[in-house]
Amino acid sequence: MKQHEFEALHQTLWQQIDAALEKPAADGNAQILAENYLNLCQQLAIAKERMYDGALVERLNNRALGLYRELYRYRAETRLNLFAFFKRDFPLAIYRHRFYILVAFLVMVLPGLVAGVWTYLDDETIYSVLDGSQVRHMEQIYDPAAGKIGREREADTDLFMFGFYIKNNISVAFRCFAGGLVLGIGTLFVLFFNGMFMGSIAGHLTRLDYVDTFYPFVIGHGSFELTAIVFSGAAGLRLGYSIINPGQSSRLDALRQAGREVVPMLYGIVLMLIIAAFLEAFWSSSSSLPIAVKYSVGALLWGLVLLYCFSGRRYESR
Amino acid sequence: MLDTRYRVEIPGGIHLEAQVVGPIPRSFAFLIDKVIQAIAISAMSIASIPLGMDGIGGGFFLIFLFAIEWLYPVLFELLMRGQTPGKKVLGIAVVNDDLSPVTLGTSLLRNLLRTVDFLPLFYLGGVVTMLSNRRFQRLGDLAAGTLVISSTSSRAAQVASVADVEPLAPAIQLSRSEQTTLVEFLQRSSQISQPRQQELASILEGITHDKGEDGVDRLRRYGAWYLGLR
Repeated sequence: MKQHEFEALHQTLWQQIDAALEKPAADGNAQILAENYLNLCQQLAIAKERMYDGALVERLNNRALGLYRELYRYRAETRLNLFAFFKRDFPLAIYRHRFYILVAFLVMVLPGLVAGVWTYLDDETIYSVLDGSQVRHMEQIYDPAAGKIGREREADTDLFMFGFYIKNNISVAFRCFAGGLVLGIGTLFVLFFNGMFMGSIAGHLTRLDYVDTFYPFVIGHGSFELTAIVFSGAAGLRLGYSIINPGQSSRLDALRQAGREVVPMLYGIVLMLIIAAFLEAFWSSSSSLPIAVKYSVGALLWGLVLLYCFSGRRYESR
Repeated sequence: MLDTRYRVEIPGGIHLEAQVVGPIPRSFAFLIDKVIQAIAISAMSIASIPLGMDGIGGGFFLIFLFAIEWLYPVLFELLMRGQTPGKKVLGIAVVNDDLSPVTLGTSLLRNLLRTVDFLPLFYLGGVVTMLSNRRFQRLGDLAAGTLVISSTSSRAAQVASVADVEPLAPAIQLSRSEQTTLVEFLQRSSQISQPRQQELASILEGITHDKGEDGVDRLRRYGAWYLGLR
């Protein structure tokens, strides 16, 4: 069959497909596209095999590519299964990253402990970590005489702080993760310094005996927030380590494999940090609740978060 | 070889081809997106003033800032077939490296890792990475397994009208690839200058036995014959 004849034979179908691709959501168009995908693939194969003109092959190729991309389009309703994600996927991803999590945990907590003990014992040390105005700011925020705890200014409302925590905390977690691509160095850096800052502030405030404002404030949301930061560090380290030690695959393949596997961690981290921001803005900051309630709820939250995080092992296939 | 064609076998049982796109159009698309983001942020900051920048308004504004910074590209790439507004203007789109549309996972990954492509400054790392591999992938693309392709047809795909050409059978037998060459000469004649057409036709003077414009005309008629016009 000559090319002209071939084109004349299929012209109506191609026009139909093009029209359907313009408005894939319109009535009946999905039907046309689904039914003709394989026909189009076959026509493209024939055109190539018979060495028809390159322009025709390219037009068929682009049409098939458009149809292919439409058929395999992202559909949230079929891809996102929140229940299965929380029950299985996220805990399993945590389980599979346990060694990275351990490393991230240590890199954050050890400098934190050292800095904490140091600032607790010595009055001056805090000033080598934070400058004078930052220290005064911290002291102001957690001053037991203040009406609301953990607030920048009196005027700030719960909702403002919610937005503030969302923007800051999730951005920190994202950067902590992304820094992993630079051989893990960026991640280690973020974890180390965050640990050190938190440790020294805790040590300093304990020294000032602001215990009853600081610890009840941080214990509640800390369960979600600190865990999520450690997870984002673990995800970043996973990327970095895949480049350092790719194992049997090429570095590129190892990186892509790592990328695919950390995605559930990212979803989980975002959700945990939203919960943390909510708790921090609306629960932790309240100064009217008794301290005992805050400690108990905080302990309960830590228990639940840890229990959940350790629940992934049984989903690992053996 | 410098070739921006990217081939992949799809479940339909055939190979599809796409053109990968380099740093220049991608930078323009990025700039357009940045302008749109800046406009959206200014509009939102004005809109949230009545609600109080210290209170609800400020809270919403900060969440909006966060969403614009991190989720703008992800949202558009998912909902608009791999195209942010800037990419749509430039006619380029993000796809997975099997040419299927990006998913939430791959889009999120490539856009979060944008932070690293920015290093050490002004996306230098991203551009260097892009130029050091054949598919123009930046670091985020490499980790996510995505690439940016052209979503518009090339000039070659647009063919001239051939209805007025009288088909003519050549006196000798031509091979399949020679036939295709003649058909393509006919189809693309509107994109080639007259002198160049004559120059090309003069190579085949031994077959056409015609010079200049007559030779061109003869080749076009052969092309029409092999195209199957009657």
